[in-house]
Amino acid sequence: MVRRSREPVLWAMFSGGGMIAALLLPATVAVLWIAAPLGWVEAPSYEGLRLLFLHPIGRLSLFAVATLSFFHWAHRFRYTVYDGLQLYHLSQLIAILTYSIAVALTVIAGFVLVTTG
Amino acid sequence: MKSVAVEVLRYRPETEAEPSFDVFDVPYEDNWMILDAINHIKDQVDGTLSYRWACRMGVCGSCGMMVNGKPVLTCATYVEDVLPGPVRVEPLRGFPVVRDLVTDIQDFMVKLQRVKPWIIREEEKPLAEGEYLQTPEELEDYKQYSMCINCMLCYAACPIYELDPEFIGPAAIALAQRYNLDSRDQGREERMDVLSQHDGMWGCTFVGDCSVVCPKKVDPAGAIQRYKLDATVDWFQSVLMPWRKR
Amino acid sequence: MAKALNAGYKRHYPKWHRERVPIFWWLRSASYVKFMFRELTSLFVAYAAGLLLVQAWVLGQGAAAHARLLNWLSHPAVVTWHVILLATLLFHTVTWLNLTPQALVLRLGRWRVPKTVVWAGHYAAWLVLSLVIVCLFVGVA
Repeated sequence: MVRRSREPVLWAMFSGGGMIAALLLPATVAVLWIAAPLGWVEAPSYEGLRLLFLHPIGRLSLFAVATLSFFHWAHRFRYTVYDGLQLYHLSQLIAILTYSIAVALTVIAGFVLVTTG
Repeated sequence: MKSVAVEVLRYRPETEAEPSFDVFDVPYEDNWMILDAINHIKDQVDGTLSYRWACRMGVCGSCGMMVNGKPVLTCATYVEDVLPGPVRVEPLRGFPVVRDLVTDIQDFMVKLQRVKPWIIREEEKPLAEGEYLQTPEELEDYKQYSMCINCMLCYAACPIYELDPEFIGPAAIALAQRYNLDSRDQGREERMDVLSQHDGMWGCTFVGDCSVVCPKKVDPAGAIQRYKLDATVDWFQSVLMPWRKR
Repeated sequence: MAKALNAGYKRHYPKWHRERVPIFWWLRSASYVKFMFRELTSLFVAYAAGLLLVQAWVLGQGAAAHARLLNWLSHPAVVTWHVILLATLLFHTVTWLNLTPQALVLRLGRWRVPKTVVWAGHYAAWLVLSLVIVCLFVGVA
């Protein structure tokens, strides 16, 4: 019997992404894209944000958060599409599509974070 | 006397192509279970009604049915808890209906055997060396999973099993965990091979309803997620430390 | 009174009835709807990650470009959309952290850490990390 060897890796990325997103994203969104634009907190300065986002540690963390989040999406969306719409005969195609999109987004993330500023 | 309307699914394959509902007005007493109401129908009103039951005390696991859309043991569900009615009683969801409230459970029986739910030893120790001892803590590790009574409520609660009947399902995976976590067992690898197939643990999306409906608090959903975690740790070990025997 | 035999019926051969799964099966119960919504929060997770990348890219393009992004971010419609985004992300966090103790069995030696402790530990980590993030962004104001 051959074990499905890809599933453990995909599941690890799915759950890693789910955990990182759960712990980090709500606070980030609340401060950066809600509280700051509304003036509830003093808006982060351009230089300050540059430091946070574009310092090598910032870039690496962003890459990890982005990649794992994309794979988290791909994994959940894959199952939701074929269970929710009952497309079992297309399960292979749906898996290839969703994970390919995650891979493409990961490549873009890498490109952005290596080349910007 | 108090009474309640009970809508029972009837399927008589020799005369009907499709199931229909019969409505019975059932007089009931305090502390009657749904099963008592169904027994009343069979004894007093319509003896042709078919269903399974045995122990009346939540142990045999044979009286599971859908009551108002939820899988329950009818012997453990009070009529008073589903009032005012009408109470809709249907066979367990996800299984083919043989007749009235009787489903065909062959699929589940085959799946149970596939996970090898018995203690596997690479080598049995000779009788002279005595029994395999186990501490209370070691018993505690798997005891929860050993409480399963095979009532199949978890299968009826699982949308994945209904959508994809090949999925090996909640109770079978929980039972595999029961033996994996037993200190006397050495069959973890064999069961992992079975559950790593396309119809194994990876089909589960953690809807979680199986654990909600379980009358014995087995928590099959938890068992399946633990299995995925185990499989993932196995995989990383085999890649990062290939010299180590899994 | 004997009824007419069902045409498809053959004596001694089982003729099962199989219920068709409805197309919108996940509307059948509140917990299925909650499950579906939980899975779809992943779309919002991916959007948030994407927008973080966009902001990183724009930060590299200079102060003027970033000011344009901030301008877009403070448009009332965009803020409203991000409030919805935050609500879905909170739903993701709460459902995720509540399910974690079911999957994660931690041991310290022979002692099995109780589920409530695993649960509380994750919420504590969420709280601490959220405070760190807030301090980081407010600190660079």
